[in-house]
Amino acid sequence: MNELDGFLLARIQFAANISFHILFPTISIALCWFLVFFKLRERATGAPHWRELYQFWVKIFAVTFALGVVSGITMSFQFGTNWPGFMEKVGNVAGPLLAYEVLTAFFMEATFLGIMLFGAQRVGERVHLLATLLVAVGTSLSAFWILVLNSWMHTPAGHEIRDGVVHAVDWFAIVFNPSMPYRVVHMLLASGLTGAFLIAGISAYRGLRGDGSQAAQTGLKTGVIVAAILIPLQILAGDLHGLNTLEHQPAKIAAMEGIWETQQGAPAVLFGLPDAKQQRNHYEIAIPKLASFYLTHDINGELKGIKAFGDKHPPVAPVFFAFRAMVGVGLLMLAASWLGCWLLWHRGRLPVWHLRGLVAMTFAGWVGVLAGWYTTEIGRQPWLVHGILTAADAASSVAPAHIALTLSLYLILYAVLMAAYISVVFFLARKAAYAGEAGIGEPDTTEPALIPRSA
Amino acid sequence: MMNPVIPDLSTPAGWLPLVFLFLMALAMLAYVVLDGYDLGVGILLRRAGSEAERDTMIAAIGPFWDANETWLVLGVGLLLVAFPVAHGVILGALYLPVALMLIGLILRGVAFDFRVKARAQFKPWWDRTFYAGSLIAALSQGWMLGRFVTGFGSVPLDYVFAAATALGLTAGYALLGAGWLLIKTEGELQQRARRWAQGAVALTALGVLAISLATPLVSERIAAKWFSFPNILLLAPIPLMSAALFGVIVLLLRRFPAKGWHWVPFAATVGIFTLAFHGLAYSLFPYVVPERTTAWQAAAAPESLMVIFVGACVVLPCIIGYTAFAYWVFRGKAQALHYG
Repeated sequence: MNELDGFLLARIQFAANISFHILFPTISIALCWFLVFFKLRERATGAPHWRELYQFWVKIFAVTFALGVVSGITMSFQFGTNWPGFMEKVGNVAGPLLAYEVLTAFFMEATFLGIMLFGAQRVGERVHLLATLLVAVGTSLSAFWILVLNSWMHTPAGHEIRDGVVHAVDWFAIVFNPSMPYRVVHMLLASGLTGAFLIAGISAYRGLRGDGSQAAQTGLKTGVIVAAILIPLQILAGDLHGLNTLEHQPAKIAAMEGIWETQQGAPAVLFGLPDAKQQRNHYEIAIPKLASFYLTHDINGELKGIKAFGDKHPPVAPVFFAFRAMVGVGLLMLAASWLGCWLLWHRGRLPVWHLRGLVAMTFAGWVGVLAGWYTTEIGRQPWLVHGILTAADAASSVAPAHIALTLSLYLILYAVLMAAYISVVFFLARKAAYAGEAGIGEPDTTEPALIPRSA
Repeated sequence: MMNPVIPDLSTPAGWLPLVFLFLMALAMLAYVVLDGYDLGVGILLRRAGSEAERDTMIAAIGPFWDANETWLVLGVGLLLVAFPVAHGVILGALYLPVALMLIGLILRGVAFDFRVKARAQFKPWWDRTFYAGSLIAALSQGWMLGRFVTGFGSVPLDYVFAAATALGLTAGYALLGAGWLLIKTEGELQQRARRWAQGAVALTALGVLAISLATPLVSERIAAKWFSFPNILLLAPIPLMSAALFGVIVLLLRRFPAKGWHWVPFAATVGIFTLAFHGLAYSLFPYVVPERTTAWQAAAAPESLMVIFVGACVVLPCIIGYTAFAYWVFRGKAQALHYG
């Protein structure tokens, strides 16, 4: 094997690890805020089903959080093992940002997690609420710092290069770099949607299993309504993020849109098969001038094509398809949640086919997040830090055989853990459904059931 | 090996690397002691008498393990952040044991949560996973320590040394774990923990002794540092105090349960770890990569270190404060874990 193989393996390993990791914080960031909401509702109404909701979802939160922690630790090591050149070149900027994540977020969430999960009988109700709140703040803060660093890698600012090494000049400019606000908002909304669809999907699953409890019904309602509120916000945030990317990383936009030639009045390519060798799309279906219109707000606006960037452009096909997958999932979420709200409004409950749809979409957020993640991260290539450091220059010289060995171990482990996680989530739902049947959560008969009891 | 140059300590470029070396060492020591006891409990899990005992053992570490592990992220994070050059060298040289340790930590971290949530028939499997993960993590950490101390040397003796540290550290973790269980449990399980501690204390003492004798043998510089006058007199308290603490542990375990003294074996073990750490730090100073790179050669830019230093000064006391609060909340004997 030659050096390039090692480079490729290191990338696959890091990509695998980061893809696996991102799934769990995506859920836990939002889920913890849902838990805070359940607790607040319990305090406000005194209704027992809010407590049941908390007690059901806190278990799923715990296992999600644990997977996020262990895969996150792996990631923090792989910065060094797989990309030593990264810290040597940009460590003066990346270092403090990572340090602040550990100091301000990790310790807080990890310490109060113990009290949140197991301390309810040892501390007062208020302290327990505070602990839950601090875990929620910690997880969100941790996302903030990591997205600050990630955004800086896309749109570096506030630094200068001395003797080939990046030095921080203006920390305000580094933290509030041009793409940071868009990325943070886009990611937090994605987390909210992932959490909302998880809650809706699992509650629907409980309903289909005959669980008519108030907890399952309220969970369903909460998930569907929150998703319906967040999805238009997400579409707006995504659009603004796209405009920001056009300004700072036009090569990424060209790959996302599948536009090879620089042109005025560029079409929106709905479908096509990008061909890197011939530098064109096969079987293209496109709407004339639309891309120029929504990207430049002028039907004859000019868009740069991929060819204009020489060899400094990302691989087109993965970015092109990942972007379409993300948008596709988003539109599906829009349809499912708005239809759900409409049905709830008019019929007071959801029909079986819609519940089945929600169950199928339980992890739809994951698909959207991964697709979005690949769009933005592969779209950054060949840069690791835009305009400063390429991925190839940051790679380590670890023996390819060692990377191949550990990569296979990680992949086996991740596959097993993923299967275990998903089956445990559904297993907990079935357990709760049986408890619900047995009448632990007395169904409230004054309201029409959201879930048909006969299903 | 020439004595390394220590620059002017009155400039930020002089004292900041020193401060970060200290902070990193402190984070690592906190990690070894804190995650050490919960890894130790994991290593001992297989020896428990019943499922109920295993549940109690897990309950004794349940509210703490996650925060304990965070110290590893801080320690390695500080290495990454403050000494970026050394970070690449060290983690590159330790690529395989690091990967192995991570897999161990992943296994035990998830097993902890899955064992009570998955179907009951899978629980013994997750318990075995928890045990195996803890053991793998402890052994690989000891191996890494051994490889690090010898500057990643490649003669057979270096590998024997690494294997000895792996066993020594694992025994030390088991001792910490048993000491923790003496505090957190009662009755039959506590008696079991006493027997585990008696086994582990012998192995740990052997390990500390072997490593203390071998370290100067594998490095001339370290030998010169310890065995020259007056260093030898000034350093004598480290081995003497360690020996005394071992004596205290052995004596107390024999008379257990001595009322009100349940916490002493654990505290004495922490003392031994601290002293050993001290000795090690003295041996290695001022290198971050032994015999190759000093703290000053590997340090990040002073202005970046200053940004973290200011933050750490504000935040670390808070961390210590709420950590103490969490331990206070879960004081006393371990009780069955119930969610919120």
